[in-house]
This record gives sequence, structure tokens and C-alpha cells, in this order.
Amino acid sequence: MTAANTAAPRATWLDAMRSRYRDVYGAILLWAAFIGFGVWAAIAHSDEFTVGIVVGSIFALGAIGLTLIYGVLKFGHFAHGDAMLLTAYVVFFVLTGTVVGERGDVVSPLRMDRLPGASDQIWEFSFGYGFLLSIPVGCVIAFAVLQTLERFVYGPLRDRRVGIVILSIASLGIAISMRSVMLIIWGPGPRLYAPGIRDTTELPWGTRIVSDQIFIVAAALVVVAAIYLLLYRTAIGRAMRAMADNPDLALVSGINTDSVIRWTWLVAATLITIAGTLLALQSQLKPELGFTLLLPLFAATILGGIGSPQGALIGGLIVGITQEVAVTFDVLGAGYKFSVAFAILIIVLVVRPRGLFGSGA
Amino acid sequence: MMRNWSPLTAITVAVITILIIAVPYERSGSARSVVDFLVPFATTVAVFAILAIGLNVQWGYTGVFNFGIAGFFMVGAYTAAIFTKDPATGGAITYIGGWGDDLAFLPFFDSEEWLPHLIGLAAAGFFCALLALVLALPILRLREDYLAIVTIGIAEVLRRIAIEEDRLVNATRGLTGIPRPFGGWVEPENYKYVIFCIIVSFLVLLFVAVEGAARSPWGRVLRAVREDEQAAAASGKNVFGFKLQSFMFGAAIMGMGGALYGYEAGAIAPDTFTHFFGTFIVWAMLIVGGAGNNGGAILGAYIVWGFWSLTLQIQSYDLPDALRIRIFYIRDFVVGALIVLVLLLRPQGLLPEERRVSRWLERRVARLRREERTQPSSSQAPPDPAEQPAA
Repeated sequence: MTAANTAAPRATWLDAMRSRYRDVYGAILLWAAFIGFGVWAAIAHSDEFTVGIVVGSIFALGAIGLTLIYGVLKFGHFAHGDAMLLTAYVVFFVLTGTVVGERGDVVSPLRMDRLPGASDQIWEFSFGYGFLLSIPVGCVIAFAVLQTLERFVYGPLRDRRVGIVILSIASLGIAISMRSVMLIIWGPGPRLYAPGIRDTTELPWGTRIVSDQIFIVAAALVVVAAIYLLLYRTAIGRAMRAMADNPDLALVSGINTDSVIRWTWLVAATLITIAGTLLALQSQLKPELGFTLLLPLFAATILGGIGSPQGALIGGLIVGITQEVAVTFDVLGAGYKFSVAFAILIIVLVVRPRGLFGSGA
Repeated sequence: MMRNWSPLTAITVAVITILIIAVPYERSGSARSVVDFLVPFATTVAVFAILAIGLNVQWGYTGVFNFGIAGFFMVGAYTAAIFTKDPATGGAITYIGGWGDDLAFLPFFDSEEWLPHLIGLAAAGFFCALLALVLALPILRLREDYLAIVTIGIAEVLRRIAIEEDRLVNATRGLTGIPRPFGGWVEPENYKYVIFCIIVSFLVLLFVAVEGAARSPWGRVLRAVREDEQAAAASGKNVFGFKLQSFMFGAAIMGMGGALYGYEAGAIAPDTFTHFFGTFIVWAMLIVGGAGNNGGAILGAYIVWGFWSLTLQIQSYDLPDALRIRIFYIRDFVVGALIVLVLLLRPQGLLPEERRVSRWLERRVARLRREERTQPSSSQAPPDPAEQPAA
């Protein structure tokens, strides 16, 4: 009996130490692996590394929106990828006024690229100021759509206290419907914001990239800086972080949760629109792209730690870079591009489930 | 099972049934071709009902999340195919396995007509359970929605592997000419009745088995885990173990559904096992029918696949072009919206879960009622255990 009594506390103490060290080792292992891989990729494959930063900054914008929804509203928003593509199509419509008609495309006369000089290319970019003007219009429409969904779907479900699983299934249903809306209005064929050959620019370290990709990284930097200021320098940002941290405590300390939820959707809608538009600028508009985005976005979110915007930023960059560099390996064909995100997801879930910046399990 | 049919359920079933008989009849004008339409239709409904029952075991009973049904569906179908086919001929057709001849080792009863298929079916279930085990071991202890994204991922990755690895399962060309069980015994044009009987009898057996399991002590623990994990753990139940078992059991059912799909279709390709066709539609079926109820899973499969087939029929009408090119997209939209609408307006589905505690209690209640009837003199009726809330 005495042996059992003395052994029991020692075992729990050992377990506690072991789990604490495992957590620390996991963090060290993950950081070392990704920093090591990043440095090696930047030296050995600088071309793919550069493209990886472009793709990764798009993923980062999407993942920041996803992690905010996850943190504040407490559910995995499986319609995120399709919402990105849908808003990219909305921007496309505002810009070019094109929808698919009975035979071929129908073009409305009300469109941004009809404004005087709107299609004249800015610097070496493939677009003019009409494109830049279309993005805020897209943000407004995206916010209206997401707010409607919140009002009639997510809000009522949350009021019923159904739990994250049902909310995730509902968002999956919405994802299917969004994809069908894209197919109904714009058809299955790929589309571009601006036709024609794109100019390229040579970067100081010798890599030649499409000039639009410089715009993508610059725009992502501006948006990330704005999100940082909003989250860390304003009252509403503090309230959002408080609610992500502990919703009950936020409620009793007098935070207006309805207003926080509205702001979260506003920020998410802006991020979704910009990320979706930049993605379409980087590749093209295709309805199927929305669902394949889910895996990199969730991998980036979980890698960074759910609810952590800076984690989502780092996570998005890591997923983007790894994905672009990994396809240069001979064992992996280009078809496995999106499977790289899955491998990262599994590694994180095994080594350190709460991610690089996550708090708690 | 009939006692929780609501008017809405009856009306939905009636409308779908009338339409899937009337529309093909109107198109063709002969009863013969209506039967030709209905038999393969019912076979496909049975295949999807098997998948929906598999999901019901995972999600309906235990609350374990699986967004990657397409992956298990695919592994099951391919496993059964390489177990029953002849070896690859090389050239443009390359795949592993092809053990059909070796497996027909019994010298009697035409064993090549059914033995490889039976072994393929079992192997499909076994490998899907194994896949579920490997996936669930690191993930199932974590947040409940991590499994959702991991299963989405594995379904996509497996499909990529099937497409990219040329020598594994013949890449995008898929596997054709999968031998059919008892295919040599009947004329090809009558074969649809044979496969219909095979799949429906499997569905009936599965239904009885799963219903029995759900009412056994094992099934009671599953539902306890779903309702309150902490309470179940506090009662000394190994929550992780039960979730793992239910995930593997459901995956095995899905794999066998995939195997039967392969036998029915005779040809499979990676294109079939997309997220939409493999995963979402099964979720729509279970949610429309009613999670936690195997009858609901079958009913949901009937209604959703009925709607699905109707859009195919409607397409052959003289529609305006603008509508005809979009009819499949509209159908997809309705399937997505249906999931959301049912969750909002009728979360229990068309056939709500029956609160059954155990077979033992049901028998006991029945006996007590019988005794009551035979001995009307006994003044006080015993308390009815079934009326108390499920423990």
C-alpha cells in the first residue's frame, strides 16, 4: 500500500514533466525544421522560394480571416475557400460586367473598366485603376453576403448552442452552394481579370517573376499591417482578442459581443475578398479552386495556432513556401502540390497540436 | 420504425416516389422502361444507404466527424476491384493485384463467380478499418473538428495518389471490366436484378447488424460518448477506445459500400470519388434522413438520390438552353442548401432518432405489458422503464 501511495504522485509529476518537455521539444523541433527548411530553400531554390512567398502571402491573408472566425465565433469555417473564390468572381463582375449567358458571355455596360483610363496599365502590372476600385466594392458585397449568412444561418445555430460540429457542417453546405452559384453565374471555364501577356520583373537576387506578384506581396503587407493596427491599437481589436481568448470573461467584462461578431465578419469579409482577388490574379478564376484551398488554409491556421493572427501569417508563408519548393523534388510530381499542406497538417497535429503560437491544447 | 413518421416525412416520400415513377413513364411511355430505370436506381440508393449507415455509426451514434467519406469509398472500391480482376495485361493498363483467379480456390459451386468477390468485400472493409485506425490514432484525442479537416485531406491525397501513380491503379483511366458476382450465370441484360438482390440483401443484413449493435451495451456507450464525453469517462468508459472502434466500424461499412459500388458499376475511376459525389451527398442523405437513425439513413439516401436522378430525367425535356446548361449546378446548389435548411428548420431530420435504451428493457416492458393484460386484476401497473429519459 505504501509503495502505491508514494509511487502515484511521482508518476503524475513525471507525466507532467514529460508532457511539458514534449510540448517544448515540439515547438523547438517545428521552429528549427521550418527555419532550417526556409533558409535552405532560399539559398538552393530561390526562384521557387520567391513564388512561395507570393503564394504564402495569399494563404496568410486567407488564414488570418479563418483564424479570426475560429477564435471569435468558435467554429471551422469550411466555406472560407469557396467564399474567397466567390468574392474574386464578384470583383471580376464589377470590373468586367461579364456573366455567362445562353450562348457565350453577356457583358453588362455598367462596369469599372469602362471608366476613362481604367484599363491603362499601372507601371508593369496587368491591370489599371479600375481593378483597384473594384476590390472595395467586392468587400462591401462580401460583407453583405457573410452578414446575411450570419443573420440567418450561423447566428440562429449558435443561439441553439449546437456546438462547433453542426456549425462546420452548415458551413460545408454553404460552401457547396457557393461553388454552385459561381458555376451558375460564370460557368466552369477559367477566367482572367485582364487578358494578354503579363510583364515580368527581375528581382535584385536574379529571380524573374511576373510583375503582378510584386503587387500581391505589397498588397498583402499593407493588409497585414492594417490588421495588426486594428487588432492591437483599437478598442474593437482588443475586444475581438478578448473574445477569442475567453468569451465568457469578455461577456461579463461588458464587451458588446454582437458588435464584436459584426466586426469579425467585416474584417473576415475584407480579408476574404482581398485574398481571393490576389489568388485569382496569381493564377486564374476557377470555381473548383475554392475547395482545394481549404487544406492549405486550415494547415496554416492550425500550424500557427487557432485564434492567433500572427501564427496564421507565419503558417501561411510556411505552407506556401513548402508547397512551391517541394514540387521541385523528384519524388513528388506537380500533382501533389496540395498534398504538401496535408503533410504539414499531420506533422503539426502529431508534434504540437496547439501550433506555433497557440495557447492551451 | 413507422411510428415516428411525421406528415412532412410521408409527403416528401410520396412526392419523390410519384415523380420517380411518373417522369420516366412520361418520357418513355412503357412500364418496361420504368422498371429498367427503377432497378438500377434502387441499387444505387442501396449503395448510398450503406455509406450513410457507415456515417451514421460514426457521426449519428458516436459524434465522430468524417468529411472524407470519398476516401473510404474509393479505397473500398479499388481494393475490391484489384482482388477480383485478372492480372494487368501491361501496356496502357497497369495496376497492382489482380488476384481474381488465385482466390477462386474452392473447386465446387463455381467459386470464381462469388468467392473472389466475397474476399474482396471483406478486404475492402478490413483495409478501410486499417486506414481509419492509422488516421484516428494521432488525431482522435485532439479537438473534435481536427478529424474533419484531416479526413478531407486524406480523401484528396488518396485521390491524387490514384491519379498520379501510374502503376498503382491505372491512374485517370481507372479500372474497367471488374468481374461481377454471379455474372456468368445470367444474361447481361438481366444482370441488374441479380446485383440488385445482392446489394439489397447486404443492406438488410447490415441494417439488422447495426441496429443490434446500437441497442447492445456497446451501442449505449457510443451514444453516451456522443451526449457527454466527460460523463461517459467518469463512468469508467474508455472514451477514446469507443470512438476509435466506432470510427473503424463505420469506415469498414463505407469500404464495403465502395466494394459493392464497384461490383455494380463494373468500372471505377478517380473522378467518381470527388468530395461532392463521395462525401457531401452522403452527409446530405444522413442529415435529411435523420442522424442517429439507420432507417433515416436509408430514407435520406432514397430522397436525395431520387432528387438527383430526377434532375437527370428533367434534363432530357425541351428546356430553354439557359436552364439546361445549368441544371446540374442548380442541383448541386439545392443539395448544399438542403443541408443548411434541414439543420436550421428540422435538425432531427425526417426520421428523428428513437430513444431506445436496450433490447433487454424492450423485452421486459413487453413482458410486463403482456402480464398486465392477462392479469387485469393487478391494481398497480409497474412503472414503464421506456418512458424514463434514456440513461
